[in-house]
Amino acid sequence: MNHPDSADKRIIPIVPQEATPSDADDMVMVSLYQAHKKIYPRSVSGLFARWRWGLVFLTQLVFYGLPWVEWGQRQAVLFDLEARRFYIFGLVLYPQDFIYLTGLLVISALSLFLFTAVAGRQWCGYACPQTVYTEIFLWIERKIEGDRSARMRLDSAPMSLKKFFTKSAKQVAWIAVALWTGFTFVGYFTPIHELGQSFLHVTMGPWETFWVFFYGFATYGNAGYMREQVCKYMCPYARFQSAMFDKDTLIVSYDEKRGEPRGARSRKADPKTLGLGSCIDCTLCVQVCPTGIDIRKGLQYECISCAACIDVCDDVMDKLNYPRGLIKYTTQNSVQQGWTRSQTLRHVLRPRVLIYTGILVAVSVAMLVSLALRTPLKVDVVRDRGVMARIVSGGMIENVYRLQVMNATEAEQQYKITVAGLPGLTLAADQEELAKVAATESRWVVIRVQLPYEAAPPGSHPIHFEIAAQDSPARVSEKSVFLVPR
Amino acid sequence: MSDFTSNFWSVYVAVITVVGIAACLLLLWFSGKAKAMTANDNTTGHVWDGDLREMNNPLPRWWVWLFVITIVFSAIYLAMYPGLGNSPGKLSWTQKGQYEAEMSKGEKDVAPLYAKFSGMSPEDMSKDPQAMAIGERVFMNNCAQCHGSDARGSKSFPNLTDGDWLHGGTPDKIKETIAKGRVGNMPPMAAAVGTPDDVKNVAHYVLSLSGSPHDSLRASLGKAKFGACAACHGMDGKGNPALGAPNLTDDIWLHGYGENAIVAIVNSGKVNQMPAQEGKLSDGQIQVLTSYVWGLSNGAKVAAR
Repeated sequence: MNHPDSADKRIIPIVPQEATPSDADDMVMVSLYQAHKKIYPRSVSGLFARWRWGLVFLTQLVFYGLPWVEWGQRQAVLFDLEARRFYIFGLVLYPQDFIYLTGLLVISALSLFLFTAVAGRQWCGYACPQTVYTEIFLWIERKIEGDRSARMRLDSAPMSLKKFFTKSAKQVAWIAVALWTGFTFVGYFTPIHELGQSFLHVTMGPWETFWVFFYGFATYGNAGYMREQVCKYMCPYARFQSAMFDKDTLIVSYDEKRGEPRGARSRKADPKTLGLGSCIDCTLCVQVCPTGIDIRKGLQYECISCAACIDVCDDVMDKLNYPRGLIKYTTQNSVQQGWTRSQTLRHVLRPRVLIYTGILVAVSVAMLVSLALRTPLKVDVVRDRGVMARIVSGGMIENVYRLQVMNATEAEQQYKITVAGLPGLTLAADQEELAKVAATESRWVVIRVQLPYEAAPPGSHPIHFEIAAQDSPARVSEKSVFLVPR
Repeated sequence: MSDFTSNFWSVYVAVITVVGIAACLLLLWFSGKAKAMTANDNTTGHVWDGDLREMNNPLPRWWVWLFVITIVFSAIYLAMYPGLGNSPGKLSWTQKGQYEAEMSKGEKDVAPLYAKFSGMSPEDMSKDPQAMAIGERVFMNNCAQCHGSDARGSKSFPNLTDGDWLHGGTPDKIKETIAKGRVGNMPPMAAAVGTPDDVKNVAHYVLSLSGSPHDSLRASLGKAKFGACAACHGMDGKGNPALGAPNLTDDIWLHGYGENAIVAIVNSGKVNQMPAQEGKLSDGQIQVLTSYVWGLSNGAKVAAR
């Protein structure tokens, strides 16, 4: 390895090997831009397919259903961007509650870490919108065009009246689902009943129109056409999830020792006498794969851990009366060291998993507690910058403050404002006693605070305002300063 | 672009832009094909470091089309918008033009709102919660910096809530003050009054006018010297709104209270200015603001409260 001139320096020689003459025959010009080869996943049924459909129903029931749920006089979940109020059932969140969104994102990220460390790309295979909508669009495709072989035949056939109608029917169904999805999405930001009215009467605002169609188009394009391309080329999670894998992570694996050598055989024949493994090379595992890979070549980055190949292979094994599990969820260690199921399970509880779980539980609990203890009242104190301090009748020094009082409840509230922090500090007498703030509104209240002359030395003194709701225990203390002039 | 004497830089930039875009297309075209092995193991035949083989994982073609779309977009963009040298583009878009269009649209949007108020008297407007809410916002954005959020002013910045007006408190006068601004000018009067002791005596006389604590001997001596002040403040010291001369009898001390403050003002004078808001605020805004300020000291407390 060492270069003669630099024996002391380690240098990796980056020199391409000369192509040997025999290779030269194989050298051809190839395109570095690959044409998209359409994948026709075969339909699959079984335990994991049922799990996936269960999650499709669960997530989509929530997504499509939630905007229609009413809570009191309003939509239960509504993100009113224009008024900057976020309604989630009984909660009214202000932009100041942004920390909860951060918490939610932290929880989501940690959950992804945890699930991936334990069981690989479960998110990809079962819950990711890309998978879920692809599943829905594939289902429509299958209902209209037929299963894998029928679809392949249809695509290769010349255009005919029948093909035209079949394709059109699929497009109409796809576009309907896509538009409904876009409409539902916008329904989280605009009251969905009103949106429905304006959709039907074609009176939607420009942004609503844009987002219904843009989100719809994205659904249509991603679930109808891009499909596995999104996972392979666009999705960052797909790539960095492999960093969370270790040798005890569940992955979809083909049992090579048992399966090989593969080969077709009669159902009655004994594979041992034929010198064959369990794999009958039916290629069903390749046909059902939504990303078009052959799992028998080992784990590949395209694998979204959807387990379609497990379902279909188990079916085949059942038909042949072979034991299931030629392809199964297992770990690298388990395969290499021939562990039993319980040995594999015991390795789930490893430090990485325990740490992820610990942090996840801590953050979730902190978030829930802080939500439960949240005061539905917020106050910002802004000291008047123009007026430093002034002397008013009665020998009092006066400072002016503006208090932004934010009512995060859905009822009108009255707040009593008091001030403390210096002996003799009072609110100017001729001010209203109670600040009235309408439901979910915020209001600026101008407050004058007075201190007897010479009650405090010149300079800046910390004080605090106490704002207490009259009809509820909500109270807030906010700091500020009182300036005494020289 | 008038900042250059010749067209050279414009052409220079335009050529570089066009050549750059064309080069992107060429790069895309030439890097699209490569000599590679067609070996079954999907490698390019390049081997590094003994055993590190380069895989052939081609870019999907649809991705290349995205690249082409950006190039098409840039061509359309350069045709429509300024960007190619000093070409203004088909749309003749400018920042200034967009700003003006948005401003005029904004003004058109609020015009009906102000039109509603244009026929209303200040008295009626000060009872209208919507007008007062607008007035409060305009006040907070344009007036509160000096007069305070509560409009009670500060030293040298008049209190607008106390019914004491330097230049008159009728809606017309308030409007004039807001629109045209005011300059209050108290000249240095020490020489006219007399000796420093005379100035002190006048200060005590002024204090006595409002019944403030004073030395009555000095005040009676100062009364004779007050003639110099009476030209503006009047013999009775009640001031003159036409000149902006303050009333000295109402115990309101804009520039400070007590003997020292008065002596300082008599000696040095004072120029105090309220800037004109005419060019900054629209007529409609000034009208609403006038009613808001008028309402502050005229009983009708803001109904919105």
